[in-house]
Amino acid sequence: MASAEEVARQAQRKDIRDRWFLSAPALLVIFFAATGPLLIVLVYSFLTPGAYGDVKWQFSPEAWVSVFLERDIFDDTLSLAAAHVTIFWRSIKLAIVTTIATLALGFPTAYFMATRSEKTRDLWLFLITIPFWTNLLIRTFAVLQIIRNEGLINTVLIKLGIISSPIQILFTDTAILIGMAYVYLPLMVLPIYASMEKLDFRLVEAGYDLYASRFQVLRRIIFPLVRPGVIAGSILVFIPAIGAYVSPSLLGGGKNMMLSNLIELQFGQGRNWPLGSALSIAVMIIVMVALLAYVRNASRSEVRHG
Amino acid sequence: MPDQPGKNAIEVRGVRKVFGTGEAQVAALDTVSVSIRENEFFTLLGPSGCGKTTLLRLIAGFDFPSAGEILLHGQDIAPLPPFKRPVNTVFQSYALFPHMTVAENIGFGLEMLGKPKAEIKARVAEMLKLVKMEALSGRRTSQISGGQQQRVALARALAPQPKVLLLDEPLSALDYKLRKEMQIELKRLQNETGITFIFVTHDQEEALTMSDRIAVMSSGKIRQVGSPWDIYDKPAERFVADFIGETNFLTAAISGVSNGRAHATLKSGATIDATVAEGFQPRDNATVVVRPEHAKLTKGKGDLSGTVENIVYFGTDTHIHVRLDSGEVFTVRQQNTRSAGCGYEKGEKVGVLIGNDAAQVLRD
Repeated sequence: MASAEEVARQAQRKDIRDRWFLSAPALLVIFFAATGPLLIVLVYSFLTPGAYGDVKWQFSPEAWVSVFLERDIFDDTLSLAAAHVTIFWRSIKLAIVTTIATLALGFPTAYFMATRSEKTRDLWLFLITIPFWTNLLIRTFAVLQIIRNEGLINTVLIKLGIISSPIQILFTDTAILIGMAYVYLPLMVLPIYASMEKLDFRLVEAGYDLYASRFQVLRRIIFPLVRPGVIAGSILVFIPAIGAYVSPSLLGGGKNMMLSNLIELQFGQGRNWPLGSALSIAVMIIVMVALLAYVRNASRSEVRHG
Repeated sequence: MPDQPGKNAIEVRGVRKVFGTGEAQVAALDTVSVSIRENEFFTLLGPSGCGKTTLLRLIAGFDFPSAGEILLHGQDIAPLPPFKRPVNTVFQSYALFPHMTVAENIGFGLEMLGKPKAEIKARVAEMLKLVKMEALSGRRTSQISGGQQQRVALARALAPQPKVLLLDEPLSALDYKLRKEMQIELKRLQNETGITFIFVTHDQEEALTMSDRIAVMSSGKIRQVGSPWDIYDKPAERFVADFIGETNFLTAAISGVSNGRAHATLKSGATIDATVAEGFQPRDNATVVVRPEHAKLTKGKGDLSGTVENIVYFGTDTHIHVRLDSGEVFTVRQQNTRSAGCGYEKGEKVGVLIGNDAAQVLRD
């Protein structure tokens, strides 16, 4: 008969086997749906563009060179691709501003929700998730309807006699920011709310008791304790914001090219799939480096504070 | 004892606190007035829901009274937010900041008061020494035991040198031995710092051993204020007598009330001497209380007579339950000796002797 130890060891082995078995579908999906295509993109970025799109199976580093550099068509000298740099910077700036805007709006919202009674909290949570029920495109068109010259805002302001002619909001950077903030706000609110809900509000009372003003309680007690939620929310907003396509195209009128437009162009009219692939990977690397720096910095300051 | 307003650390005047509105309105505090003297270890004692924590929160400033005044050294503090009151709280849950070290927790109040860094450092070191936590100053508060957290919470609240320290059932989360230790520790801290302590508890033993004075509360009202001795030996109301310690309740006719003393004629026909609670209104069936340790059993004839129903051994003493001839149960507590049993047996006919200074007539 097997000893008790052996039975325990066998049970453990079976447990590990079961875990692999149960997670296999998820692992397969992750590999084929995420890692697989990514590998294809990586391989394409090192190939030669075909005449009518597609790629020729011939190695070439040219795509990577032209991500940030420009080859002069006459003398083959390389110079900085100012247009690409501008577009990269514009997209990154928009993502940063969107993150800050959603944080500024989302933090008080999450605080408000977390301080409601348990029953009403669920209602607020439900209301926050309502926008997810509708397609992104339709939501963006709804924003467009509100801010366009004959839209809700301008009509009301004119009727009230506050302005005489409509304010041009649509097709400006402000319009893009409004659309982005609206679309990404729930992604900021939900993680902060999740942290805030776990916050022991007796600590807030203890802060007040120890002579901390409202602002000091927010800065020294509430904020450090919900920092994980703020970090998660910022990541969830920043990553999709950097590749945002719908809002800049529809609300910005496509006047200023964004990273997503640039990449789309390479796969469409540009007929330069390798460059499109290289740009995509470059964006990914930038996002990853930025996030690593952000998370490390955020967790380091937590250690310093505590 | 007359209260001198100038000497009072805290004066609560006609304070009401009502929660909810309309039909669901609940008066957590029903017109409470009490004076707490400077340098006093004052305890608010009562069962949960009696309003003791509500009163503490009003003094701390976490809630605001619906009516009435709260004076701190003669100044009305009721409208001030908590961060403008020179009063600190030790919370039941300790509420230590988990993202700060022990030392940072203790220094937080001083930092918020804008004290210079050197002063904060010196004061934190002093506090760490006071609560014997020097070795753990750099630890996170999640890395120390419950008793240690308790000490940090105390040090944190004492560091800014408050005029009054509020303690909300601070010992309830500790195990028995640690609680005993902390009771002595708290008394020592109060003596050393000279700060007025207002201590909330539902544990009558804790209240009796630690307090200079106790206010017994129930359903939003203060029932009696007095020294532990007053509260235990001269309870004014049935609630107080019942809540604190064990008591025998007897019915008696009262006569000859003078100078706080009277004669009580028990149902058995015997007449005993008794002290009378303040505000007693003469009436036929008054309640007389006798503590179990203030009565004695006798084989002969006593003030009451009955049959031994049960004998319970407690180590230090023995409780003997006597079924009186009138039908009630009367408990007598008898100190144990090593050599012999209690001297009585179940079913034995006995008499109960009530001494001259053993009985108190309640006002209700």
